[in-house]
This record gives sequence, structure tokens and C-alpha cells, in this order.
Amino acid sequence: MISGRCAACKNQRRKCPSDCIFSPYFPANDPQKFACVHKIYGGSNVGKMLQGIPTYLREQTANALYLEAKWRIHDPVYGSVGIISSLYEQIKNAEIELAKIQTQITFYKLQTQHVEAEPNSEVLQSQSSNMEQFEWDNPTIASWFN
Amino acid sequence: MGGSSPCASCKLLRRRCTKECIFAPYFPSDDPRKFAIVHKVFGASNVSKMLQELPIDQRGDAVSSLVYEATARVRDPVYGCVGAISYLQNQVTQLQMQLAVAQAEILSIHQMQQDPSNNNTTLLPSQLLDQDYSEKFLLLSSAENNNNYDFLPQYLSFASSSSSSSNVFQDSEPLKRESFC
Repeated sequence: MISGRCAACKNQRRKCPSDCIFSPYFPANDPQKFACVHKIYGGSNVGKMLQGIPTYLREQTANALYLEAKWRIHDPVYGSVGIISSLYEQIKNAEIELAKIQTQITFYKLQTQHVEAEPNSEVLQSQSSNMEQFEWDNPTIASWFN
Repeated sequence: MGGSSPCASCKLLRRRCTKECIFAPYFPSDDPRKFAIVHKVFGASNVSKMLQELPIDQRGDAVSSLVYEATARVRDPVYGCVGAISYLQNQVTQLQMQLAVAQAEILSIHQMQQDPSNNNTTLLPSQLLDQDYSEKFLLLSSAENNNNYDFLPQYLSFASSSSSSSNVFQDSEPLKRESFC
């Protein structure tokens, strides 16, 4: 029956058998899906790839192939690799930003602890030399945030 | 006359390698696996069509990215590069949440410094995180580990974002656009 063909068999202008490997994943109402994977991988390659996958994973495989094909069509030079590269960049920038902020937090916490440790002026005087050493041994920390 | 050896693609395809061979600059004969893997996943004729549609100065990068994608697909026949992208998006999301918490904490510290009377009652965001958010982080991570790609279409516009573990990352950080090959 011609009307029951999947998108792949319609695209290839052939009969769609009952055991067509494409039909569960490339329905007739979404012709673009098969058109994309066909353009990048070729229909027979897609068929071979699906055949090598257990049935319960074939839908995810077809969807992943479709995504990669779409990205490759959108960016013919880098495809999905461009996205990976961009994500690495985002991760690197976020890690740098996070490290900066966490360093700031640590500095402020240390400052607060230092201030809270000197409620008594006698204690302050007796430990004055130690305090100076603690506070001013690391001038570079304060200079990071100026 | 010249006797130069055929490129890897013409060797594999068993045909004469002409001067105009589109593959020869990118698939030298000393690295046959490179073409073999690209041919396996994409097919030689599809690769040829893709290269023909590109300016010559972009073909090298295109070949490198095709090799990378083909390698990812062979390593992970189900998800290929999509698995890697899912994993990285998950990392970005988690980092963004950590950043938000850290930024809120800095703000909180500033506020406490300006209004010391609030010191005893205000919990820092990191303390709140320890109580509630750690559970939510775990739930979020496990949900995304179900290989749900619903969030992936956001990448069609290459906008910055928000898994699954991926076995694609057997190499270190793969490549940057300017450092292919």
C-alpha cells in the first residue's frame, strides 16, 4: 500500500515493507527528519547503523543521528563539534568566574573571623604582633580585589 | 610519470588518485584510519559532496570535524557526539548553579558587612545549599542522566545554556576551532 510508506521509503520511492527498519523512527509525517540524515549519512549507512544497534536503542540512535545531521547542515564546517567547542569555552569561563568568587568569599570570611577574634582590647594588645603578621603577611590577597 | 602514491581514500576505494582528487590534501596515505572511519560513518560520496560545497580554505577544518564526529560515533554508536554534548551541557548547568549560589553569598556577605545586626539570623546561601539544595542538585543530575534530549533543541540557535555520561571523552579536550589538525 503506497499510503502506508514511512518517510524513508517515500524519499527513496520504494515500497515500505512491514519489517522496514526505518519506519518506526522516520514516520511519514516528518519527512525532514529522514531528509536530513539522508543528506549527511546516506540512507544505506543509516540502515546499517540501525541494524547494528539493539532494537530498544534504535529510537535514540535515530534521534541522535538526526540532531547531528541537523547541526552539520546548519554549520557545514564544524557541525556538532562547533557546539562541543563552545561548551568547553563556557565551562572554562564559568570555572574561572567561580574560582574568583570563591576566593573572594574565602577572603571575606577570613577577614570576618579575624575581626570577631578581637573583642577584648587586652587580648588585642597582647596579640598585636601576631595579628599584624596574620593580616599583613598576605597583602596580595587584598590587592586582588582592588 | 610522477609515481606519487595514491591518497588514503583512493587506496581504500581502489581507484586512481588524480591531481584533482578532492580527498588527497586531507587524507594522506600515511594515515589510512582517518579516511576509513569517515567513510564508515558518512560514506565517501557524502564526504566528497560536503567538501565540494565548501571553500577550499574551510575544507581542512571540515575534515577534522568529520573525523571527530565519526570517531565519536564509532565509540558510542547510539549517541555519538550528542552524548558528549549532553554531558557538557549538564556540566554547564551545574556550574551556573554553583555560580549563582556563590554570587548570592557574596551579596549576602556585603549586606552583612553593611548591616551587622543581621549577622546572627541570616544564613549564607552556601549554608542553605547544604540543607536543601544538595538534594535538589542530585535529583537534577539523576534526571538528566536518563539521556533525555528534550533540552537539546535549544542548541539549534547555539545559545548559551543548561545527562548522560558519555564514553566519547577518551581524549582530553578535543579541539578548538582554530586548532584543527
